[in-house]
Amino acid sequence: MTPRTQRLIGFVAFAAFVVFVAVLPAFVSDFKARDYSYVGIYLIALLGLNILTGYTGQISLGHGAFMAIGGYTTAILMAGNEEFGGPISGGMKDVWTLPIAGLVAGLVGLAFGIPALRLSGLYLALATFAIAVAMPSTVKRFEEFTGGGSGIQLFGTPELTGSISNVEILGVSLTPNDWMYYLAWSIALVAFAVAWLILRGRTGRAFRAVRDSETAAVSSGVSLARYKTLAFGISAAYAGVAGGLFAIASAFVNPDAFPIALSIYLLVGIVVGGLGGLSGLVFGAIFIFYLPLWAQGQDLGSLLPDRIIVETQKPGGAAIVYGVILILLMFVIPNGVGGLFRRVGQLISNRRYSRPK
Amino acid sequence: MLVAAAFDFSDFMQQVVSGLASGGIYALLALALVIIHRSTGVINFAQGEMATLSAYIAWTLIVNHGWSYWPAFVVTLALSFAGGIGIHRAVIRPVERGSVLRIVIVTIGLLVAINGFVIWKWGGEPQQLQGPFGTKTYDLGGVVVAAHDIGTIAVALGIVGLLWLFFRFTKVGLALRAAAVNPEEARLVGVRVTWMLALGWGLAATLGAVAGMLTAPTVGLDPQMMQAVLIYAFAAAVLGGIDSPIGAVVGGLLLGVLLNMLSYLSQYGAFDWFTEELRLPAALLIILAVLLVRPTGIFGRPEVKRV
Repeated sequence: MTPRTQRLIGFVAFAAFVVFVAVLPAFVSDFKARDYSYVGIYLIALLGLNILTGYTGQISLGHGAFMAIGGYTTAILMAGNEEFGGPISGGMKDVWTLPIAGLVAGLVGLAFGIPALRLSGLYLALATFAIAVAMPSTVKRFEEFTGGGSGIQLFGTPELTGSISNVEILGVSLTPNDWMYYLAWSIALVAFAVAWLILRGRTGRAFRAVRDSETAAVSSGVSLARYKTLAFGISAAYAGVAGGLFAIASAFVNPDAFPIALSIYLLVGIVVGGLGGLSGLVFGAIFIFYLPLWAQGQDLGSLLPDRIIVETQKPGGAAIVYGVILILLMFVIPNGVGGLFRRVGQLISNRRYSRPK
Repeated sequence: MLVAAAFDFSDFMQQVVSGLASGGIYALLALALVIIHRSTGVINFAQGEMATLSAYIAWTLIVNHGWSYWPAFVVTLALSFAGGIGIHRAVIRPVERGSVLRIVIVTIGLLVAINGFVIWKWGGEPQQLQGPFGTKTYDLGGVVVAAHDIGTIAVALGIVGLLWLFFRFTKVGLALRAAAVNPEEARLVGVRVTWMLALGWGLAATLGAVAGMLTAPTVGLDPQMMQAVLIYAFAAAVLGGIDSPIGAVVGGLLLGVLLNMLSYLSQYGAFDWFTEELRLPAALLIILAVLLVRPTGIFGRPEVKRV
């Protein structure tokens, strides 16, 4: 396959996926649409994390904290924090807060990227982990700004589009759940396209050079400082937008909405989706959203004997299933779903080109 | 502001001793992380849960089967050692080739699964595991210290000493170090590298078991018991330099004392913004400050890579 046909196939697949996303709500219940919007939100966060970890090789265990920054930016701009004694009066419509959520988180990411330049590998992992660990207690500490442990309620506020009634947009009336679905997924698809554009050119090449060998990258004139901080900034901005959408979708933020486990599951998501690839991340997002629910045992299916299903419904049983599946998955698809795609693609093209003339 | 008049030396020393005791536990778990990092190249996220599982095994032997403490201690260590080797053979070895992140995800899977197993088997309610040192206190020149604290420090340092002797003076210890430093050449001179790595996991699990059994009497035995301890141990290991066993021990002890000092000073109003909730973030912030000055930890050496 020439690069050109490869790219063509990519475009066609993306267009097909856009169509699929657009018509999906017509075929599922309204309630499911809200679930799917969370998948879109996770996809945005995973795209960002993969730019940093999969493409630039910098491990982050703290992306949940950047999501929290985005989520709180959105919530504070919408509801204000005057009721807790803060200076912001709020009143901004939810959709318009999202660029600002991305910008604020991105700036924090850039600022964090500068000291992080001195660290690499596990030391960087600890540094990023530290932000994730520090986030809940910092939020609780600055109560007058964030509402403390009880968080900020957004449900029913005039700034929240479609919290109760249907949403009229472009002459179509959408239920609140469908509105959330289309909002999350249109941003996710744009984010996907933007990530692809960033990564295909000079910047993406520099990122990959830094990942594969810092020394070699520097020797060929790639500025480590510029590209590492840039990767941090872009990645955090993605997480910020995802966090803002998360706040809108759940109509609520509090410190427990962004636990340490979230940061770790985002890492799980990119490894399952495939490091250094974009399309597999859709499966990573589906995985981290659905597997915990599925492992509760409700849909465990008739494949297993009844006795085992009863046992997994005891407390802790779901976690055992989740952990074991995670381990097995790493055995079966070492390079994630994205790696599986590439493998299949290779097999097909090998067959095609090795056929005797 | 700082109220110097209220300063009480014996109170201060008491805080240092109890800080050293919790620091000893961090040091043991940090050492476990360092051993696994040296052999497998990853942070073992399941280390804390493995320790919790060991503590539950000890609890079962003591409470359900009526064993006395020390036999249960020894049997738990042996079982943990075997369990560590088993984990390496069963789930780590198959993913050892390839991306490091893949091993990280497997250890996260282990964390979730072991935690689930503990809740599934023993329930989520906290249990009581008595320590072997009782609740006596001793008065050493005006400084009141708890027997449990002294015992913890003694056991932690004793284990560290034994481990040092093992690595320094036995043939297996030498082989272990060789396998960690340079697997290819170690294999050429006849070291069975795979088994050495498994042995490393066994040792780490054993260290974790000691840490778990020492933690349970003070904070209570529950499935989430070691999660905070693991974060402290991770911080301690990184502070000391992730590849340095001495660094892990020093880092653990330093961190234990540092954390106690932070809460101690705050009661004198030195940092009145400092609440118990900010303990962990503050500790991590200090460690970050250290790392910015020394990016590979206090005892770590910068890695030299050939391109």
